[in-house]
Amino acid sequence: MSVQGWTNLLVILTFSLYIIVAIRARAGSTKEFYVAGGGIPPYLNGMATGADWMSAASFISMAGIISFVGRDGSVYLMGWTGGYVLLALLLAPYLRKFGKFTVPDFVGDRYYSQTARMVAVVCALFVSFTYVAGQMRGVGIVFSRFLGVGIESGVIIGMAIVFFYAVLGGMKGITYTQVAQYCVMMCAYLVPAIFISLMMTGRAVPQLGFGSEVLEQGVGTGQSVLQRLDGLSAELGFDAYTSGKKSTIDVFFICAALMVGTAGLPHVIVRFFTVPTVKGARVSAGWALFFIAILYTTAPAVAAFARLNLLSTLQGRSYSALPDWFQRWADAGLIEYQDKNHDGIVQYVGSNSPFANEVTIDRDIMVLANPEIARLPDWVTGLVAAGGLAAALSTAAGLLLVISTSVSHDLLKKGLRPEISEKGELLAARIAAGVAVVIAGYFGIHPPGFVAQVVALAFGLAAASFFPAIILGIFSKRVNQLGAVSGMLSGLLFTLSYIAFFKFISPELNNAEHWLLGISPEGIGSLGMVLNFSVALGVSALTPPPPEEIQELVQKIREPGPPLRHAGVAEVDSH
Amino acid sequence: MKQNQSAQAMNIGRGRQKSYWRRNIERLLPLLAVWFLTSFGAGILFVDKLDEIEFLGFPLGFFFAQQGSIYVFLILIVVYIRTMNTLDDEYQDVGPEENPS
Repeated sequence: MSVQGWTNLLVILTFSLYIIVAIRARAGSTKEFYVAGGGIPPYLNGMATGADWMSAASFISMAGIISFVGRDGSVYLMGWTGGYVLLALLLAPYLRKFGKFTVPDFVGDRYYSQTARMVAVVCALFVSFTYVAGQMRGVGIVFSRFLGVGIESGVIIGMAIVFFYAVLGGMKGITYTQVAQYCVMMCAYLVPAIFISLMMTGRAVPQLGFGSEVLEQGVGTGQSVLQRLDGLSAELGFDAYTSGKKSTIDVFFICAALMVGTAGLPHVIVRFFTVPTVKGARVSAGWALFFIAILYTTAPAVAAFARLNLLSTLQGRSYSALPDWFQRWADAGLIEYQDKNHDGIVQYVGSNSPFANEVTIDRDIMVLANPEIARLPDWVTGLVAAGGLAAALSTAAGLLLVISTSVSHDLLKKGLRPEISEKGELLAARIAAGVAVVIAGYFGIHPPGFVAQVVALAFGLAAASFFPAIILGIFSKRVNQLGAVSGMLSGLLFTLSYIAFFKFISPELNNAEHWLLGISPEGIGSLGMVLNFSVALGVSALTPPPPEEIQELVQKIREPGPPLRHAGVAEVDSH
Repeated sequence: MKQNQSAQAMNIGRGRQKSYWRRNIERLLPLLAVWFLTSFGAGILFVDKLDEIEFLGFPLGFFFAQQGSIYVFLILIVVYIRTMNTLDDEYQDVGPEENPS
């Protein structure tokens, strides 16, 4: 069977699997729709969190970025996993103990303020929309490259699938589909990684192969993967793979923004409302990181192998002798080749080389093209395509749920229409999810030029708004309504205007010379977070403490025991 | 309901809650310190210094930045889950007013 045939088969099989799972796990009540009835076992929730968290960016782009920037790419590895330590230790157990549905719920109740709730709702909506547009785009790329349908039809198929199980199944449907998607995604990531590791180093575990000696035709070369990579890079005029180009302060701040942003993203936090107990929330965070770590420790190995393969495959080859994949990806517009010195030979070199570089490679293709570059069997390529779709769809579904919950629960039930019935709320949630799918799909087909830039914004805003508000809400009894609202607003406005200035207003000034303290827009969320903390603490110190019952609430969140019960929140067992 | 109990019992309850929270924080801080030292310390601030040491075929700083810190994060969460479970068992009597059934 051809690559095309395998891809079609695997995509159809996995999609049918998701639909069957979704039909079996439909939501009947708002509690099931929002938090899957609060009854998901921790390890399954961990797996679902992993799929929810690992987006098209993690699956498709991350290894590619690391492959091209080497050590500087570590910020994504540490940032997107280190955030789970903060989640497990500082947020998840207490938010579960609090026992409601959403992040705006917590912010609104803890700071006894409708304004605080609305600020949180707006942030949640903004962050989620930014993110979901990127996922739909990822779906479109995979479809157009591997399935031979246009990006447009690809996005529409993706929309239809997500619509089906997010609108029908709510959190319950999403959770069980995400478990299935996690499995598909991991197979798709690990199979090629294991193959390539075996071919290059003779070790089946990519994490071990990463540090091993490179084999050539089964014979040791005396050099480790990284030594060889550094050697080859130097020879071709690229920067050394194991050294960084970014300033230490910038790397520090970017890493912090990614970590704190991860811990503050609403679609990640809400996952910890789905387990039955506080203990379960902790265990679940552990499982989540375990399942995420499998991909995140494999990714840098894949990055290094792919880089080494690419450098040794391309450089110095005559154009006519290049492998087929080169032309296929060039047709897709993701590789460009220009024979600048008309010698018919490919010069793929870095900026330190005396020669002119003739090849431009889109870094997003590294994971998708990896099986072809390493000449793996066709079915592996099909599997990778199915995995990329699983990654994009699972994240999109989680985000759509946050959007629909924000609208039906936070905006309507807790804001504009408190008298709405449970049935009406559920209907509103489904309509909101439906509308959100359509908007996300629109942005997937007609991406605003700034999708890539706004992802930095999503993390920065989550870091500068939610994280401090939640941490202070748990760890301080003194921070009051005024402190929290002014803290969130100042963190938000500062981060927003800094990013807007360098990304949209004066992109030509976007370099280390003009940055505040040498911090790039990607890392500025960390400074926004510091600002939020300082303002919140300062303003609270100058104004009266929160009322007695709020301090009592904070006390209860801190105590051991089962989650709090609230009037109007049904704790009925759904089994 | 707990409100009907004597003031003395309430006071003991309060003290127990405070000591639970204090011991919780005492257990958090060292874990967070390790979290900071492996990622921001070994992986970013001291990465070049550590790169002079070789470890399992990696320069050590690079290893922490791309592999080691993730393993350490995982260990930290496991340690946290275990400590908190022990602590919760010790303080089972705190916060019983939320006990269902």
